[in-house]
Amino acid sequence: MKTLADLKKIREKAQEDMKLRGGNVRIKIVVGMGTSGIAMGAREVMKTFLEEIAARNLTDVMVTQTGEKGLSSMEPVVDLIEEGKPKVTYGNMNPDKVKKVVIEHIVNGRVVSDYVVATGN
Amino acid sequence: MSFKRIDLLICCGSGCISAGALKIKERFHEVLAEHNISNEVNMIETGCMGPCDYGPVMVIYPEGIFYKKVTVEDVEEIVTEHFIKGRPVARLMLQEEEKVIAAKKDVPFYQKQIKVALENCGYIDPESMDEYIATGGYEALGMVLTGMSPQDVINVIKESGLRGRGGGGFPTHIKWQMVHDNKSGEKYVICNGDEGDPGAFMDRSLLEGDPHRVLEGMMIAAYAMGATNGFFYIRAEYPLAIARIKLAISQAKELGLMGENIFDSGFSFDAEVRTGAGAFVCGEEMALIHSIEGQRGNPTPKPPYPAVQGLWGKPTVVNNVETFGNIPTIIRKGAKWFSEMGTEKSKGTKVFALTGDIRNTGLVEVPMGITLRELIFDVGGGMIGDGKFKAVQLGGPSGGCLTVDHLDVGVDYESLKERGAMMGSGGVIVMNDEKCMVNVAKFFMDFCVEESCGKCSPCRIGLKQMLEILERITSGRGREGDIEELQRLGESISKLSLCGLGQTAPNPVLSTIRYFREEYETHIRDKSCQNKVCLDLMHFNIDKDRCIGCSLCARKCPVTCITGSREDKYIIHQLECIKCGNCFDVCPVKAIDKIPGIHPDTAAHLQAMEKVTQKYDD
Repeated sequence: MKTLADLKKIREKAQEDMKLRGGNVRIKIVVGMGTSGIAMGAREVMKTFLEEIAARNLTDVMVTQTGEKGLSSMEPVVDLIEEGKPKVTYGNMNPDKVKKVVIEHIVNGRVVSDYVVATGN
Repeated sequence: MSFKRIDLLICCGSGCISAGALKIKERFHEVLAEHNISNEVNMIETGCMGPCDYGPVMVIYPEGIFYKKVTVEDVEEIVTEHFIKGRPVARLMLQEEEKVIAAKKDVPFYQKQIKVALENCGYIDPESMDEYIATGGYEALGMVLTGMSPQDVINVIKESGLRGRGGGGFPTHIKWQMVHDNKSGEKYVICNGDEGDPGAFMDRSLLEGDPHRVLEGMMIAAYAMGATNGFFYIRAEYPLAIARIKLAISQAKELGLMGENIFDSGFSFDAEVRTGAGAFVCGEEMALIHSIEGQRGNPTPKPPYPAVQGLWGKPTVVNNVETFGNIPTIIRKGAKWFSEMGTEKSKGTKVFALTGDIRNTGLVEVPMGITLRELIFDVGGGMIGDGKFKAVQLGGPSGGCLTVDHLDVGVDYESLKERGAMMGSGGVIVMNDEKCMVNVAKFFMDFCVEESCGKCSPCRIGLKQMLEILERITSGRGREGDIEELQRLGESISKLSLCGLGQTAPNPVLSTIRYFREEYETHIRDKSCQNKVCLDLMHFNIDKDRCIGCSLCARKCPVTCITGSREDKYIIHQLECIKCGNCFDVCPVKAIDKIPGIHPDTAAHLQAMEKVTQKYDD
């Protein structure tokens, strides 16, 4: 390392790895992991999110989880929260649908309206 | 590689490690593997998070959930409930007056604190250089080497008002300027990590929790004064601190942040670690320098100061760990930012190790000028149980005790010194109303006698005399005039001793005489320890009305000095009693009392003995 730019490069990369600890993220993915969600395959859904995000090297996304969301008939339920936009809730998710949501919504910014069960708060 | 969704920060400060943090970490590894989610969780060992009393503690991100007193058995529940189902375990969270506090940022312990030196402690992995860089690490070094002259750096430190955090409070920039102005080739910079006060663990925590910060601070200092070699002097009792600073040095060398021609600036620097054998006097800068040279760790008279003639006769700066810890942030955020915190003469923040009869024992960093009341009752959470605050000992064996009357005193170098205490390196021992101040003074004097290097007579002989008087007082043989004798000795030792150890060692005695003189007087005149701490000046007694005659005390007494029967109840034969307190602990009906003063039987015996000895003497 010889210049400040080299240091900056290391810093930016390291900051990505630490963003769970309060860094800025563009999109927060919240998977409903209540009993009904897990029974309907929420773990598989979350795992697929994690794999897809890692495969595409998306660094400004955070995956987290929450408890029962109350929409038991539409589990697994996933919220996508983006700064300054209404929250989008997808229902009846499965690994294939997750892949599509990652490509369409997270990468290209187009909501996959077929899967949406609710928007806003 | 999978995408991590959870950062699990386990506090691996020394307090939490002794409470079992490493076993918990292993258990996490096992349980995460069992549930097949190891690749979703990023497990990080951090340095001390501060609230040691709650240990082992951990913080889980992204939620920032704070768990306390976690056990190996709790790990399964955390993984299945929190990590898999997303339901944080409320049982393990901090509970305050029926309110559950989930997030670390809401824990009251952290709320009055401002972290500068401890900014990353408990937040990053101390063994990962990348994590330190992510928080802005080595940016200050880069700024300094590529855009500032050594004099610029000293000017910034001067403007910031930073003073030595090791205890003396000497302005940092003056030392640097002296060495900078000395144009004689070789110069050295030394980091003083020889922390030896009972109950102090500030330097240890910083070295263990954020070693790169201390290293960066040292390198900036070296550049400012033109030194190319540095030494970390750390005591051997701190093996983790030594290992982490060594790792930091090798990581920095590997990345080219240390070694030849750093940042292409022409500045080269190398540092090594020297371990101390644990002598308290080696925290004194001249003794420390001699110890590094391979000689006996004895102080020598000053001047010449180390800045003129230090290590191997070359100009040397010795700074405390915490002082170096402040430097990178001052450079990055500016002198003005730093000097806005604190009081007129004491700028910035100070790290304290809170211990004693206080609820939140641990490591804290607060702005200078905070009142003792805020420090003890807000940050420290107040006294344990029903105990009432009696005194606080600041500055360890070199410092003094302050009382209830001083709770609204702001904590800074000058105001503490005025009142007979001192900032010291930051040990704070809080005491409740069950403590005997004569006994406390004796404890510290005993420590200083043990640690005196023996080079100068006032310290070697004088302190021993003071200890003997204190022992006499606490064993019931105190005489009129002892208090005055202690004061006279203390004042002469302070004036005549060669180094800081002897000059400050009488402080605990002098300050307790100043504020708790009546306790000394009852010990001497009434032969009574009102707090029932000094064993020779108190006794145990069984209350016949309350005693149920169960004989448990008699059976547990190791010297069988308790006799009696169910009908007659039990009595303690005072002459044989060794005051172990077993009977007091085992009595099922609490019929045994601790009573201040010597029992009449014992007093009569002692008097008789004295007559016999006098006869022989005559």
